[in-house]
Amino acid sequence: MTTIYDRGAPGRQAAALPSLARPEQEILAYIPAGLRRRERPRLPEVSQPELVRHYTHLSRLNYGVDTGFYPLGSCTMKHNPKLHEDLARLPAFAGLHPLLPEEEVQGALALLWELGEYLKGIAGMPGITLQPAAGAHGELTGMLLIKRYLEDRGELGTRTKILLPDSAHGTNPASAAMVGFQVVAVPSDGRGMVDMAALRTALGKDVAGIMLTVPNTLGIFEEDILEITRLAHEAGGLCYFDGANLNAYIGRARPGDMGADIFHFNLHKTFSTPHGGGGPGAGPVAVSEALVPYLPVPEIVREGDRFRLRWDKPKSIGRVHPYFGNFLVMVKALAYILTLGDEGFREVSAGAVLAANYLRVRLRGTYKVPYDRLCKHEFVLSGEGLPVRTLDIAKRLIDYGFHPPTIYFPLIVKEALMIEPTETEPKEVLDAFCEALVGIAGEARERPELLQRAPHNAPVRRLDEARAVREPVLRLLFDSPQA
Amino acid sequence: MIPKDLKYTQDHEWVRLEGGKARVGITHHAQKELGDIVFAELPEVGKKVKRGERVATVESVKAVGEVFAPLAGEVVEVNDALASSPDLVNKDPYGQGWLFVVKMSDPAETAGLLDAARYAALVGEKG
Amino acid sequence: MNPYIPHTPADVRAMLDAMGLPDVDALFADIPAEVRRRHRPLGLPGRDELSVHRYLAGLADRSSGQELIPFLGGGLYDHFVPAVVREVLSRSEFYTAYTPYQPEVSQGTLTWMFEYQTMICELTGMEVANASMYDGATALAEAALMAHRTVGGKVVLVPRSLNPGVRQVLATYAWGADLRLGDVPYGEDGRLALAEVPEGTCALIVQQPNAFGVIEDLTGLKDALGQAFLIVYANPIALAVIEPPGAFGADVVVGEGQVLGNPLSFGGPLLGLFATRREHLRRMPGRVSGQTVDAAGKVGYVMAFQTREQHIRRERATSNICTNSALCALAATVYLSALGPDGLRRVALLSMERAHALADRIAALPGFRLAFSGPFFHEFAVQCKRPATAVAALRRAGIAVLPPQFLAPTGIKEAFGVAVTEKRTWEELDRFVEALRGGGRK
Repeated sequence: MTTIYDRGAPGRQAAALPSLARPEQEILAYIPAGLRRRERPRLPEVSQPELVRHYTHLSRLNYGVDTGFYPLGSCTMKHNPKLHEDLARLPAFAGLHPLLPEEEVQGALALLWELGEYLKGIAGMPGITLQPAAGAHGELTGMLLIKRYLEDRGELGTRTKILLPDSAHGTNPASAAMVGFQVVAVPSDGRGMVDMAALRTALGKDVAGIMLTVPNTLGIFEEDILEITRLAHEAGGLCYFDGANLNAYIGRARPGDMGADIFHFNLHKTFSTPHGGGGPGAGPVAVSEALVPYLPVPEIVREGDRFRLRWDKPKSIGRVHPYFGNFLVMVKALAYILTLGDEGFREVSAGAVLAANYLRVRLRGTYKVPYDRLCKHEFVLSGEGLPVRTLDIAKRLIDYGFHPPTIYFPLIVKEALMIEPTETEPKEVLDAFCEALVGIAGEARERPELLQRAPHNAPVRRLDEARAVREPVLRLLFDSPQA
Repeated sequence: MIPKDLKYTQDHEWVRLEGGKARVGITHHAQKELGDIVFAELPEVGKKVKRGERVATVESVKAVGEVFAPLAGEVVEVNDALASSPDLVNKDPYGQGWLFVVKMSDPAETAGLLDAARYAALVGEKG
Repeated sequence: MNPYIPHTPADVRAMLDAMGLPDVDALFADIPAEVRRRHRPLGLPGRDELSVHRYLAGLADRSSGQELIPFLGGGLYDHFVPAVVREVLSRSEFYTAYTPYQPEVSQGTLTWMFEYQTMICELTGMEVANASMYDGATALAEAALMAHRTVGGKVVLVPRSLNPGVRQVLATYAWGADLRLGDVPYGEDGRLALAEVPEGTCALIVQQPNAFGVIEDLTGLKDALGQAFLIVYANPIALAVIEPPGAFGADVVVGEGQVLGNPLSFGGPLLGLFATRREHLRRMPGRVSGQTVDAAGKVGYVMAFQTREQHIRRERATSNICTNSALCALAATVYLSALGPDGLRRVALLSMERAHALADRIAALPGFRLAFSGPFFHEFAVQCKRPATAVAALRRAGIAVLPPQFLAPTGIKEAFGVAVTEKRTWEELDRFVEALRGGGRK
């Protein structure tokens, strides 16, 4: 793979800049001699056409939602509306400095306040912070809120455990650990739901809270959800809901009505903002009445038709973001909410759940479905029983022009393929995907080596991931320092 | 792939008793489950360990295998060759792929280890 | 019809028939009836594209601050972004992709990540860099947690000259992890004055340049710290002309990468830079792209050292971070490629030249003085009797500066902050000085 460093020549530059008014040395003299940079950083030296061709070339090696079906489980790879890109580029959004006095940024504050109100309504919960920059950041914020709540009640020393179903996303245990909580796994039962007997045993005076994903990572709605949250509350614990899977029920049910105390949104999943090749996202957190005093500062409050920042919240956990969160992501999310409205949200969850169940029913004759029951927006197949590994099936899907599903997750299913089609795929695409997976199962039995060597039609063949760790090369190495 | 002359644990470590010392590694079964080993984090020589304590980790690209001390004692030797060739754990799990040696503080603990036949039953393999 | 959902009534019927369900509601029978009954809609009708555009553009226009000339820094700076950056970022093969878990169809992302890591290492003088954190503040907090994990000790030494907003985020994370922040004062030159390193210190944080814009001297700090981490929170543009922290033995260099090709965005999304030494690689948070080969021997890239990350190591991961700031890191990669070493240096020098010209002229005005005598990069603190009056006078001239209350937590009195980038014209500098001369002393 060619990097930008392989292109260009010394002295080339892709952007022209103003000239200095004075000689360089005079300006450099403002820096004490010992602190001046001695060696130039080795950065690319390319002209603009070379630069554009290089990155256009790289972009064509990528697969995105705009190139094709991207059924990555737990990621909600839905269409990213193009209006949103236009809106986020408006100079009065993109060019606005966050440290301007609040009276100069009324439009931005109004937008944040309005988004917050809608998110509270969607969650059915009375408090919100928009600061968290991602889902995991929202989880961390939630854990900090629990810690402050316990501290305030004098229970910090005794309530030290966070319960987690064994199907949880990896971010959940990692977030709990960052705030010093001990993670205790709660097993799933044969239905793919929380094992209620095990939950009752685990709940006690040492439990700070439980983190749930609803529906869970098998795509199954916890039918006992009201009982789970009731038991947790009875034991004195708080209920955290991971909102990664909100696409399954948006417009039809609210976490607040299920007993959630803390709920994080993934605006880059449910609310259609792009994933950006890994980020940025946004992970606003809604809370129940009991946790409102602890929310991060500043709070955005409305007074008549003015908006201001409220800092005087003595019980607040403080800030989790240096400004207001990922504002431009929020611009897109608000545009999405306004476009869809209530009826649109119902269509979203209907379409997402319909597509997932349709795929599940069409594929269950070919692949094992370990929990073959009504699912929500995603479901899990297993590659077990085929003479190849799930990894091989995933790589072969690339040859058929599809992005592979999430594989080897959740951990409780062997050889897992976790499929989330979202509501934005036409039925024809869903059908073609089924046909590809059925075809691949046939190939696996007749010509397993075809799968084991896949992909055959990608920009590269299968990559050696072990070598990247055994012989790490994590940056370009240059032969000699640049003058 | 389960040598008769070694002892085993439920956690898929093997133990070779060498006088008052125990040489420890992970079994063929364990390395196969993990896949291509890319890194082994070993204890420091001189570290005192309790039985069942986590003392080492063996990593593949997408999994982390925890290694627990099968016996209490002091770590007296570690396999430095794994730093540059962690794949020895895959290629020769019972030989060059050993991890560390413990000088036992309570040799009676060896009674708690599994023999080859019982370990074979555990992993569903023929001994 | 909803423009984003392609299902026609006939499609819906066909799919329901395939699974033998009567209607869409049957798909939600597993949600307890009580929960469904409690649901309340927002009361929103749904709108067409034109109307949504109008509404949001209308909101945007309500921010009068967009008209002001920003001599406003405080951690985010108004640098020029060449058009080519936005053009590359608008390639939807980049922005509609997920994290590159399937490397064979993600070589675009993985290759630019590798380029980005190289550039960040070059700027900071470090050996490895990750592919981004959310922002500089959380990158700094994660660096402090990493120092604690690596060397033990629960005290993080923090200069009072650290950006107050960044410090607040650090304080939240530190409280969560039971770490304590220890104060380090600054001298009359505005530089940190480290007297002693108390027992139990796991890290010293230094901002370069600091919240006052003053350039710190890192010489000897790592020696004073011993095992404890030297963590430098650096402005990457300043590093084009200032000796990089790697040369002073820094263990971790973090920073706010917004200045590298990203707009101000009302403070988000931002770009957290994170670079460290090779020996600390396994304790580093975040994603890393690594070079390898494919089955045919061709060079390619994959995500390396994933066993550090939450999806594998769960509660023992080096961090919980998953989603990062990839697209902002791509902007930085294209920006640095577009400018090259000479261009980046030019941006730094242009900013410095104008900042110093303005500072000299302000300091020559009666009643105004620079708060610190130390060398500065492109930002400085100005003291006067009534800073609020001065700030108001500047506002009347259409100029925004960093208000006194932002800098107050550092302990500095009656000061406002001024930042100058290459985007500020000489005419704007004149206007600034005239505004102060006319109204600042009243």
